[in-house]
Amino acid sequence: MNMMDPNMTEAAAPLYAKRTAVFPKKIDGPFRRFKWFVMAVCLAVYWGTPWIRWDRGPHAPEQAVLVDLAHRRFYMFDIEIWPQEFYFVAGMLIMAGIGLFLVTSAVGRAWCGYACPQTVWTDLYQHVDRLIDGDRNAQLRLNAAPWNPAKFVRRMFKWGVYLGIAFVTGGAWIFYFADAPTLQREFWTGTAAPVAYASTGILTFTTFWLGGFMREQVCIYMCPWPRIQTAMLDENSLTVTYKHWRGEPRGSLKEARGAATPIGDCIDCRQCVAVCPTGIDIREGPQIGCITCALCVDACDRAMASVGRARGLIDYCTLIDAEREIKGEPARPVAKVLLRPRLIAYFAVWGGIGLALLFMLGARERLTLSVARERNPEFVQLSGGAVRNAFTLALRNMEDRPRTLRIAAEGLPGAALYTDEMDRHAARASIDVPVPADSTAKVRLYAVVPAEQAHSQDFTLTATPLDGEGSTPRRETHFAAPEGAHEAEEHE
Amino acid sequence: MTHDSTHHAKVIDHATGTAKVGHEWDGIEELDTPLPRWWLWTFYATVVFALVYVVLYPAIPMLHSASAGTLGWSSRGVLADEVAHEKAEHQGVRDAIAATPIEALAADPALQRAAIEGGHAAFKVNCVQCHGAGAAGAKGYPNLNDDDWLWGGDLSAIQQTLVNGIRQPGNDATRSSLMPSFGKDGILTPAQVQDVVSHIRVLSKQDPASASSRRGAQIYADNCAVCHGANGEGNRSVGAPKLSDKIWLYGGDRASLVGTVTNAHAGVMPAWTGRLDPVTIKMLAVYVHSLGGGEAAPAPAAPAATPTAGAAQ
Repeated sequence: MNMMDPNMTEAAAPLYAKRTAVFPKKIDGPFRRFKWFVMAVCLAVYWGTPWIRWDRGPHAPEQAVLVDLAHRRFYMFDIEIWPQEFYFVAGMLIMAGIGLFLVTSAVGRAWCGYACPQTVWTDLYQHVDRLIDGDRNAQLRLNAAPWNPAKFVRRMFKWGVYLGIAFVTGGAWIFYFADAPTLQREFWTGTAAPVAYASTGILTFTTFWLGGFMREQVCIYMCPWPRIQTAMLDENSLTVTYKHWRGEPRGSLKEARGAATPIGDCIDCRQCVAVCPTGIDIREGPQIGCITCALCVDACDRAMASVGRARGLIDYCTLIDAEREIKGEPARPVAKVLLRPRLIAYFAVWGGIGLALLFMLGARERLTLSVARERNPEFVQLSGGAVRNAFTLALRNMEDRPRTLRIAAEGLPGAALYTDEMDRHAARASIDVPVPADSTAKVRLYAVVPAEQAHSQDFTLTATPLDGEGSTPRRETHFAAPEGAHEAEEHE
Repeated sequence: MTHDSTHHAKVIDHATGTAKVGHEWDGIEELDTPLPRWWLWTFYATVVFALVYVVLYPAIPMLHSASAGTLGWSSRGVLADEVAHEKAEHQGVRDAIAATPIEALAADPALQRAAIEGGHAAFKVNCVQCHGAGAAGAKGYPNLNDDDWLWGGDLSAIQQTLVNGIRQPGNDATRSSLMPSFGKDGILTPAQVQDVVSHIRVLSKQDPASASSRRGAQIYADNCAVCHGANGEGNRSVGAPKLSDKIWLYGGDRASLVGTVTNAHAGVMPAWTGRLDPVTIKMLAVYVHSLGGGEAAPAPAAPAATPTAGAAQ
């Protein structure tokens, strides 16, 4: 931020600085076209994903990607995550984090330059500026012009378009959390949940404000990620580099013709500054404002082509390669740059977590049983001498079909089972519990053991699916009896 | 910000063209970059927010309370609203429970489940003081988990006990009976008390028959059998405990039994009508019935049909 006059040494520095508006010039080139492509993919993924349908049968939602907060389920195509499996989501977030490290180490601030939502929407809004107000010079003129009805109408129209984009952006978010077609109908008929309107309102406002007005200020002042990246970049990181050894001393073609000493390739056309979406001058060297979007590379390449000089005066380059180039050595092969220990380590961690998640995804059980033993009281002495224990069972049927499970006590001779919803006279060796599709059945189970067999012992509760498919969940637990209960009976 | 500028002129950082503050840590220096103006405006916005908040909400501490705030908000009010909201949410279920005869609740598993959970919640507030958090009771306070009932263990019997209480004066429908204090009141001599206790311990299969128990058998037949039954099977119409089983409200060892025969116990329970609404009492009955020992409705069913009874005898 070069907002201060370098000669202003004696005067007190101002405490606050007004934002210098940025009006990036339209440019075309390979990097610009790549940026268009990334933007199209990102926006298509963001807006399109909730509308993908996915057939899961009659018992589960048919939305491919759905975060069902009310029922605590996360659906992603064929994967369904329950709350206790949230480590999958945590694992994916860790992968995303390490993935950012990996990408930063490999290609520098590529996230900032191409894929970050702030970049994508700022880019979109800057394009709206150019469509409505014209290119850079027209925008500069309009910005400097006094307010009059024409400018007012123009601004209102543009901000209206901003608001429209913001609304479509903020409104799309809610479709990830409910059935999209239904929610859209409800939304327009005013019957959607209040939180849907509140989320849309808040996200519309933040998009409008951050994308329409704050733009590069978010990257420079608000976002922690540039700071982290600054610490992660090293001499092997790709940065957008102005090759000063080739460009300096800069001078226009006219100056070059009249120069006594040889002059550099930079013709000082300032196109790199004009196209920069964050308003910096890359020729000052690497800086936090540079999001490495490479639009200045496109601009400079065009300028070099127009004067018949080689492209790449501004280009992606690492510090090491910059030094090699200064010394006249050839650039290192790409493989050598990429096969650095740090990159390999990041990739190994990232890939390892990914493989572990995939393995766990394949190995996870879709039918589970958990058992909580009643400990207050530990056992109940029955009138006839028999002893009863109570257990709270959670039967999780994570498949999208109802199943019936046969609960039995293995290794507990003489045990009769019943639940708190059953008549105790109906107790028997095993009981069948229907578990609806994609839900948990909680069962309070009573196990009665006759007096002569009642002694403290470990046993196993099993929940066998009657459809005979898949494995049978088993849980080892404990049957408690009063001390000496068994022996006392033997005395008789 | 300007504390060191009085001593020396600002030094300009070469790379950025920004003045330095003058602080240095191991060669790392701090730039005096001006804050963005909008940042200042966010600060003013927070000040405005705070002022509005102080007016609208309780904020300023006074001697005894805080300023009330013009919105009339209070955390107690929020709690009251939430409680009212929850009550309104549950009203439909409560109405359905009220409209369903207690014996018919089991036909509707969802309603039965709601009654069990509602009873559990009410139990934690009203009953655990005597019967314990796990309803396991204590000496003198019946264990509600077991299958031994003083006054009956089917749904309507439990409900009636809850409604009218036990030994509540002035309530005609209360569960009431009185065992004489045989020892204290001189009905039996201490030796006779010992003998009858010997007989009771034979009835409950704790001791083998003895000379004392044989003497006690006649005393038992004359004094105890009228309520507790000839073989100690008990009588629920008078709340006389079964003496032939494994369950003792006041202890089944000799000393405890001698104490009970000498100085009779007469436990009490409040009548919950008037303290709790009828739906809550109904839910409590369903919960207690669900604890594992609940009995079927008093059709003339053979009690020996329990899965364990056969094994125990």
